[in-house]
Amino acid sequence: MKISKAIYLFFIPGLILYSIFFLFPTVSALYYSFTDWDGISADFNYVGFANYERAVTGDSIFMKSVGNNLEFMIFVAIFQTLAALIFAIILVKNTKVNYYLRALFFFPTILSSVSVAFIWAFVYDPNLGILNQLLNLLGIGFLTQNWLGNGDIAIYSLAFTQVWFHAGQMLIIFVAGLHAIPNDLYEAAKMEGASKWQLFRKITWPLLAPSATIVIAYTTIQSFQAFDLIFALTGGGPNYSTEIISTYIYTVAFRNYDFGYASGISVIFMCIIALITYIQFKVLRSNRVSY
Amino acid sequence: MFIRKSAVLIYAVLILVPLLMVVLTSMKTLEQTFDNPLGIPVDGLIIDNFINIFQEQTMAGYFVNSSVVTLSSVSLTLFFAAMIAFGITRLNNWKGNVLFALFTVGMMVPPQVNMVPLYSLVLDLGLTNSLLGLILVNIASTLPVGVFILTGFMKTLPKELFEASTIDGAGNWRIFSKVVIPLSLPSLSATAIFLFVMHWNDLLFPLLFITDNAYKTLPLALLDFQGQYSTNYPMLFTGVLIASIPMVIMYIFLQRYFVAGMTSGTVKG
Repeated sequence: MKISKAIYLFFIPGLILYSIFFLFPTVSALYYSFTDWDGISADFNYVGFANYERAVTGDSIFMKSVGNNLEFMIFVAIFQTLAALIFAIILVKNTKVNYYLRALFFFPTILSSVSVAFIWAFVYDPNLGILNQLLNLLGIGFLTQNWLGNGDIAIYSLAFTQVWFHAGQMLIIFVAGLHAIPNDLYEAAKMEGASKWQLFRKITWPLLAPSATIVIAYTTIQSFQAFDLIFALTGGGPNYSTEIISTYIYTVAFRNYDFGYASGISVIFMCIIALITYIQFKVLRSNRVSY
Repeated sequence: MFIRKSAVLIYAVLILVPLLMVVLTSMKTLEQTFDNPLGIPVDGLIIDNFINIFQEQTMAGYFVNSSVVTLSSVSLTLFFAAMIAFGITRLNNWKGNVLFALFTVGMMVPPQVNMVPLYSLVLDLGLTNSLLGLILVNIASTLPVGVFILTGFMKTLPKELFEASTIDGAGNWRIFSKVVIPLSLPSLSATAIFLFVMHWNDLLFPLLFITDNAYKTLPLALLDFQGQYSTNYPMLFTGVLIASIPMVIMYIFLQRYFVAGMTSGTVKG
């Protein structure tokens, strides 16, 4: 059936905004990355690949922020996925209690990162905070810490906060995935005398692969986007120990006024995300099964 | 069974305690918080912090700014994304696929990547310290996920529907507004919730574009409170409560849509 050309009119309003405020800036990031622009003055010089060279060879803080970002991502990916999966399996049945528990665990997802940052600033507070008080109460006071002030552990404190923030969302995705597995598969397997572990290993796990793909992909992208949370909670400190790539871009651009260099880092950032997404896609796709 | 129940209990405590603490602390004085951070004070709870924050801060203004930005961004993103999704579904050929790829590639690029060029663009256009600027940037940044979810939904609508309407002489606009939109309401409402949460809570764009108090949204205002009140947690948590109230109310009444919405951007992948 012939569709009138007028259909293209439906794209116009969206396309205009999308071109101006997304496509154009994305391309201009690439352009600026070859300059030494300071963000203010009208003229700047073309510097070739100098910004890229500086990032990968001469900037230890950038390297540190990449490392921090990867540590953060790996911690969150492992613990968030595990917690979400375990609790999804426990709470999979649609009983009233489970329904309310799932709603509770999902709740932090609707808060703003700034709110979550304040809540955890209080939890981690070395003097007032619940965490240290709890440890003292349990008689294991030697474990008390300056959770955000100690550069060796601050990134993990932040990663834990991120898990608290978003595990409930992943739990819901897993529950949806579990509900999509046909029940007769389990019944047939039970008839054959399969053990609980076998049921999990041979049915649940492989058939949950699509949900797992989504959860891990989403967790990864959230780890790179944790800008709001980290900016509000530690601002990248102490001594750059919680600086991740996005907070470092902000520092370079809006504190050091080095827009050219910040653009270079942005482009590298985008490549890292693309690479990780691609690897995940490949690995997790190859794990897919269907019965 | 026992292990399962204890695990669930621990998780529930881990979620509930920090949240209850926010409510409790917002009703205590600073001294009471320092004396006994977690306890309920013997001389009772107070509501002074709520009164003070409205006197010391232009809370109502921040609230209005957040509402204007969020409602406009959500409704316009939905409207434009629905039009695009309809166009892609209607074309249903390679051109449609190319357009789908063009509009959804934005999902792969986090807004943080574009903060430098976006800032200079918004500055050049004279849209800093303007709610309109925030709204336009918001729309462009969430259009991709909107197109993604809505196209996924509209492709499941039966083709005959479009054809029958066309034979009846309905133009594209009428098919869109009278047939497709009403049928897409479940998907539209789920997407709306997803966008609502994102825009209401966003910090990055206000942080980049807004410096004037008159145009600040709640998350940015909250961040400023941290600078003013430092570790005055009663005041900070009062701010947190006020900023969260609309979301919490929506969550309580529209919970099913929240779960659908907050997972729809992901599950349909």
